[in-house]
Amino acid sequence: MRRETIHAWLLLLPALVLLLAFTHWPAIATLIDSFYATPHGSRSPPFAGLDNYVGLTQDPVFWQALRNNAWYAVATIPTSIVLALLMALAVNEALPGRAILRMAYFLPTMLPMIAVANIWMFFYTPDYGLFDRIMAVFGGGRHNWLGDASTALPAMIAVAVWKEAGFFMIFYLAALQTMPTDLREAASLEGSSRWNYFQRVTLPLLMPTTLFVSVNAVINAFRVIDHIVVMTRGGPDNATTLLLYYIYEAGFRFWDTATAATATVVLLTIMALAAVLQFGVIGKRVHYR
Amino acid sequence: MIRRRTVLAAGVSVMAAPAILRAQDAQKLTFYYPIAVGGPLQTIMDSYCKAFQQESGIAVEPVYAGDYSQTLIKALAAIKAGTGPQFAVLLAAEMHSLQDQDILVSLDEIGLDADGKKWIAGFYPAFMANSHADGKTWSIPFQRSTAIFYYNKAAFQDSDLAAEKFPTTWVELAKVAEKLTKRDASGRVTRWGIKMAGDLGNAQWTFGALANQAEQKLMNQAGTEVYFNQPKTIDAMAFWRGLTTEHHASPEGVSNWGDLTPDFLQGNAAIIQFTTGGLPNFRAKATFPFGVAGLAGKDSPHTVVGGGNLYFFKNAAPAERAAALRFARWISAPERAADWSIKTGYIATSPAAYDTQALKEYIAKYPDANVARTFLPVATGELSVHENQRVYKVLTDNIQACLNGNKTPAKAMSDTQSEADRILKPYKKA
Repeated sequence: MRRETIHAWLLLLPALVLLLAFTHWPAIATLIDSFYATPHGSRSPPFAGLDNYVGLTQDPVFWQALRNNAWYAVATIPTSIVLALLMALAVNEALPGRAILRMAYFLPTMLPMIAVANIWMFFYTPDYGLFDRIMAVFGGGRHNWLGDASTALPAMIAVAVWKEAGFFMIFYLAALQTMPTDLREAASLEGSSRWNYFQRVTLPLLMPTTLFVSVNAVINAFRVIDHIVVMTRGGPDNATTLLLYYIYEAGFRFWDTATAATATVVLLTIMALAAVLQFGVIGKRVHYR
Repeated sequence: MIRRRTVLAAGVSVMAAPAILRAQDAQKLTFYYPIAVGGPLQTIMDSYCKAFQQESGIAVEPVYAGDYSQTLIKALAAIKAGTGPQFAVLLAAEMHSLQDQDILVSLDEIGLDADGKKWIAGFYPAFMANSHADGKTWSIPFQRSTAIFYYNKAAFQDSDLAAEKFPTTWVELAKVAEKLTKRDASGRVTRWGIKMAGDLGNAQWTFGALANQAEQKLMNQAGTEVYFNQPKTIDAMAFWRGLTTEHHASPEGVSNWGDLTPDFLQGNAAIIQFTTGGLPNFRAKATFPFGVAGLAGKDSPHTVVGGGNLYFFKNAAPAERAAALRFARWISAPERAADWSIKTGYIATSPAAYDTQALKEYIAKYPDANVARTFLPVATGELSVHENQRVYKVLTDNIQACLNGNKTPAKAMSDTQSEADRILKPYKKA
């Protein structure tokens, strides 16, 4: 073997070991565990074949978690991306107090999700919470935002969008800052309208950022459940149970490790499909400079 | 040359050594405990352990492990990894689930002499309700509470109600709650008559009290059967829901446990069903006169107990188990139980504790602290079955569906029953 090759592998080794030990091996172990029943006491678990998967499809709560998560993803991903882009465009312009505005937009990102959830719990408190007080001024009634099955999931979505949009804005802002100004000058010389310029020049140039942001948004839609744990614990009547929360409950509340492993495999599959879709289909349309 | 086998042998003996040492003498114990109420509990616990060491020479290291569910998760994980504590304070209602995990050792197996049996008989029976299974005793009460009502006396007065005469039946309670509910000119409610928690982790406790009020047991002693579709259980659910739909005295949807305290302190709810552990906090923060009352019942007052018990684990060596038991006896002695009750707001676990000078004086000063104790004779054990958390979740989901108006009480309870039956099927012995 060539010396350079050995060097290359040696340099890769630390990262590779960590990746294998903490990412790939757990994923494979989960897949294996999903074919075994939950061990009780010190007995080793019996092989269960596809029983766990069949059991999962028969659990209405699992399907509800999937449905909830689908709505959650459909609502949070585009909203937070569009909002991030709008905020980035706004604070990219030269206007007074720009630094403060940028910071205000970015602030939610800097707060830990646990803190955010607790603040929003107060916003959502019925009768004397922030939202109900504001709405009372306009003659609105009482809203049990988190305790009503029809408003609980939208309430969770609002928290997620609020938390995420600022984070994605930073990436758009960075991309906008590096955009060469001569493009804009050339466009204005040609008499191009602002909208036309945005549509034909800015947006395509932002595509790599959009891909990156959307990958992150998809991951977060399935990964971040801190606010669920703090605010609703999946309730009322599973209205806010997302897939990862379902896994957490199965694994650490019910000690049903087999179901948890099986649902984790489903989650991994969804994430893998999303990644293939994003990099394979959208990735082809992204123009890297 | 050192051969591999020698190294291995040496390694094994080194690893085995602590286990041998542990078996020979129990000079050091570890136990996990949760904190679920306010106050400097860690300092108090540390001081107990220090005092115990001076008396017995056994060092007990108390490990604060978070809330109840975190403590359970940590204890289970540590035991499975082979480095677990010898005993722990965990929810009294978890007895059957802990047996599912096969980690408990019963007090009978550790060894109870005549004195020990007398000691166990000395606790309030209501606090031992979740301790017996298979003819054995699996835990002893430590930090215990019951569900009680806190009510705003000022609200009673401005609604022309006698603050000293709290209702004892459902009919009376509903009437009083209706009167306490206040609306402004636009019809918007400014004060609710009554609020009870329906969120996950608390709904089953609220409901356990209601079912007992209808005089219905929710499970058998073995924790293998549940009685949710009984007419009396449905009555209990219907009463809860009816406070909103019939009496308009409680808000629509689910109320969170965490909101009850601010709701009460802000005057947004005139009566709340809460734990005895909340008393010191209300005493410190309420800006209005408030009272403590036993929960009403369908015909007469009934309530449910709550809180944590001391459990002993199988993984401990015999000497360690004995030492842990000794500590349990020491810490539940009347003087300590009285001290713990005064400092935390929990109910002392034995009648003997209430005969101590310290607790007598305390109760003379704060009669409110004694109300919950007087309702212990009409208190039932918590809902406790195998796969406890799973059954809790099913029950909570259905209660929430009912409170949201998506299921009738009868439908919610029959759904709970069929799902719980499915969960408990493997535990039913023919």
